[in-house]
Amino acid sequence: MSTQKPILQMTKIHKRFPGVKALSDVNLRLFPGEVHALMGENGAGKSTLIKVLTGVYSIDEGRVEMEGMPITLHSPLESQAAGISTVYQEVNLCPNLTVAENIFIGREPRRFGRILWKEMNRRAAELLSERMNLQIDVTRPLHTYSVAVQQLVAIARALNISAKVLILDEPTSSLDQKEVEQLFRIMRKLKQDGLSILFVTHFLDQMYEISDRVTILRGGEFVGEYMAEELTRLELVMKMIGKELHLLEELPSLAEADQHTLGGEWIRAEGLGRKGGIEPFDLAIRQGEVVGLAGLLGSGRTETARLFFGADKPDSGRLTLPESAGTVRSPREAIRRRIAFCSENRKTEGIIGDLTVRENIILVLQAKYGAFKAISRKRQEEIAGEYIRMLNINPPNPDHLIKNLSGGNQQKVLLARWLLTEPQLLILDEPTRGIDIGAKAEIQKLVLSLSRQGMSFLFISSELEEVLRVSDRIAVLRDRRKVKEVTGKDMSQQHIMQSIAGG
Amino acid sequence: MGRLVKHHLFWPLCVLAALLLFNLCYSPDFFTITMHDGHLYGSLIDILNFGSPLILVAIGMTLVVATKGIDLSVGSIVAISGAVACLSISKGPDQNSLVLILISVLLAVGLSLVLGLWNGLLVSVAGIQPIIATLILMVAGRGIAQLVTGGQIITVTSAKYAYIGSGSLATLPFSIFVVILVLLIALLTRRTALGLFIESVGCNPTASLMAGVRAKWVILSVYIFCGLCAGIAGLLLSSNVSSADGNNAGLWYELDAILAVVIGGTSLNGGRYYLTGTVIGALIIQTLTTTIYMIGVPPEITLVVKAFVVLAVCLIQSDSFRAAFAARWKTRHYPAEKEITRHVS
Ligand SMILES: Nc1ncnc2c1ncn2[C@@H]1O[C@H](COP(=O)(O)OP(=O)(O)OP(=O)(O)O)[C@@H](O)[C@H]1O
Ligand SMILES: [Mg+2]
Repeated sequence: MSTQKPILQMTKIHKRFPGVKALSDVNLRLFPGEVHALMGENGAGKSTLIKVLTGVYSIDEGRVEMEGMPITLHSPLESQAAGISTVYQEVNLCPNLTVAENIFIGREPRRFGRILWKEMNRRAAELLSERMNLQIDVTRPLHTYSVAVQQLVAIARALNISAKVLILDEPTSSLDQKEVEQLFRIMRKLKQDGLSILFVTHFLDQMYEISDRVTILRGGEFVGEYMAEELTRLELVMKMIGKELHLLEELPSLAEADQHTLGGEWIRAEGLGRKGGIEPFDLAIRQGEVVGLAGLLGSGRTETARLFFGADKPDSGRLTLPESAGTVRSPREAIRRRIAFCSENRKTEGIIGDLTVRENIILVLQAKYGAFKAISRKRQEEIAGEYIRMLNINPPNPDHLIKNLSGGNQQKVLLARWLLTEPQLLILDEPTRGIDIGAKAEIQKLVLSLSRQGMSFLFISSELEEVLRVSDRIAVLRDRRKVKEVTGKDMSQQHIMQSIAGG
Repeated sequence: MGRLVKHHLFWPLCVLAALLLFNLCYSPDFFTITMHDGHLYGSLIDILNFGSPLILVAIGMTLVVATKGIDLSVGSIVAISGAVACLSISKGPDQNSLVLILISVLLAVGLSLVLGLWNGLLVSVAGIQPIIATLILMVAGRGIAQLVTGGQIITVTSAKYAYIGSGSLATLPFSIFVVILVLLIALLTRRTALGLFIESVGCNPTASLMAGVRAKWVILSVYIFCGLCAGIAGLLLSSNVSSADGNNAGLWYELDAILAVVIGGTSLNGGRYYLTGTVIGALIIQTLTTTIYMIGVPPEITLVVKAFVVLAVCLIQSDSFRAAFAARWKTRHYPAEKEITRHVS
């Protein structure tokens, strides 16, 4: 392979944002027919490097060559013309258009200027079923499908263009195990066709499974380029975070060793359900208990969480808080009753993009106080500073606009927002999505230590290991139904996998 | 220097200064302010005085725009408010009675609050898109104003009422104090957390709801406030000429106000808002109107001239236009940062 010429070569790339050096002196080489992983902590500059490559940002310094020829990438169009196709970290499709329209937008099949709708739908369905093994109704609006399907559609869209380089920014973070495998099959096939794929992930297993070569960034700087098989896990982690990592190892013991005592029942759902969301279920959570929700995507996990938060109206059953003899009818009421909900849809239900990190952190607390009991600027800064330090938010500047933070750091800000309200029940829907391994361990540890102090959790994650690690009890969902509750010795990976699959 | 240029008031202030300088070249005594019987006179004072209704309307509009809304009905509310006040005064036995004027003013203000509430309910409770919701009152309100005035111009002869729009206090036009008062009220949104809520609702309504912000109340209150501002503007306007014209009072105010808001740096996409920017924007528009009259542009083409200047102002404000323009002067360049969030097509 060493005799081969790289198809794409980036040398000494520099990119500054006001107050932040996002990339300095970064190199990247992509060879034809390889999968290349781009790895690094949150805010390391991965997404920025990709946006440079796709022409969204222009570089301050450096050179980009495609097949040996220098190219300039001033706009996404130029980059696409050069043969670079991208799926961004946040799915950026038009939710109100149909699946087929999303795939073909801007290059619809036409005759005499008229769009051939039938033809377009047929081709979209064909593309999805042949290349992605996805059989869905392509004439339905995209938003009626789960995030995972949307992600696959986004990839299909990128595939559709005759590309030489395919870029996938954290494509797997919202996919479940089976979907990841499906995606990898597609990636292997494309690789055989000679496409070179640049791929960002925080999952080490996935990196080793699919990648040939890996480039590591740390704090905007180039650490090195390695062959995946020649790099041990330990080396990889050390290179990413710049020090040794022992956090993950000590975690499982922590959960098992101390069988902490749980308090009384704090919230109880009886026959709670919503048509098309989740069938009626019973679930009670005690003080200091961590209840995990396991299940595939679309099994009703998020819908369950939303019912607990009052974000959706149930059409059957009740939610009661025995202690206060109250119930929850709206997010506002939920917050007043000390329930917090960290949504999986960071962009649409979480961040207020144009506001600063500080404003985003205090928003819920301020909403709880009401408009006329304003938190003083000084107090706001203290609070923001405290959580930026505690969760290691980067860049540590409370006046940064949140939309300019990296994905993982946005997630941390949202976590800070809810922790600040000192909830009794914290619902975490995919809290570690897009978060690097170091921070992931930190968050898991936080959940464990807060639950020891009496806080209850409803913990949702596509990663079963993570759910197992933090939960005292796990409710298994399948096809929008709660099928099982497991505790104690039964909480094994295999047992739960079986329940999920319907065994 | 870089920071200065980046400040959101930089370009609006430049434009205002340029317009004023242009006037100075045209009529050298433009900046002269003289004192007569304890009142200040001069073109600058006139701009402030005649511009105050627009400033008021634009202040209210700013908060509405910040919630990603728009209020097209302000012009009609201006007309209704003036018409109601004048009608009530003209029906009274003694038009100079302080009680009568107070009642009339309160009546007009109360009514504009109700009209604002109507808009707010349509938008926040009924969930109608702001542009449509307020279009209803824009059209219907004009009709109401004409009904109130009976299609005629109602004139009043009340020195006390005229004081609101043309009297002066401590040598300055009284209307300026009204504007300052309303501006201070609007600035209270910054003292309280209301400003944060307005911005968060405008920027991401779903996320704000999930964060426990009472989005409906926030939206309701900005429309009520906007109605109030338009109502007071209607009083200033009708009192200034001691008459109410249901057909023409406040005509096209909504457009001037929206322009002032945009020139002031608040985006129609909602989110961050800039009240001082809006005030400067409104002053730019008023100065422009004054200038056009003063240099004697033929009436047929005044609107065209105005449109061109507005276009120029907007272009100067546009970052990508400035960058593209600057790029022509540089040999080596990179185009401006494009915040492209759409999927690449
Ligand atoms: N438009 C922008 N303006 C200012 N700073 C930015 C902008 N975009 C990114 N940054 C900063 O650049 C740095 C790198 O961000 P980037 O999004 O590339 O990280 P990342 O490696 O993709 O992280 P993650 O794993 O969390 O997605 C961060 O510190 C971020 O705050
Ligand atoms: Mg990223």
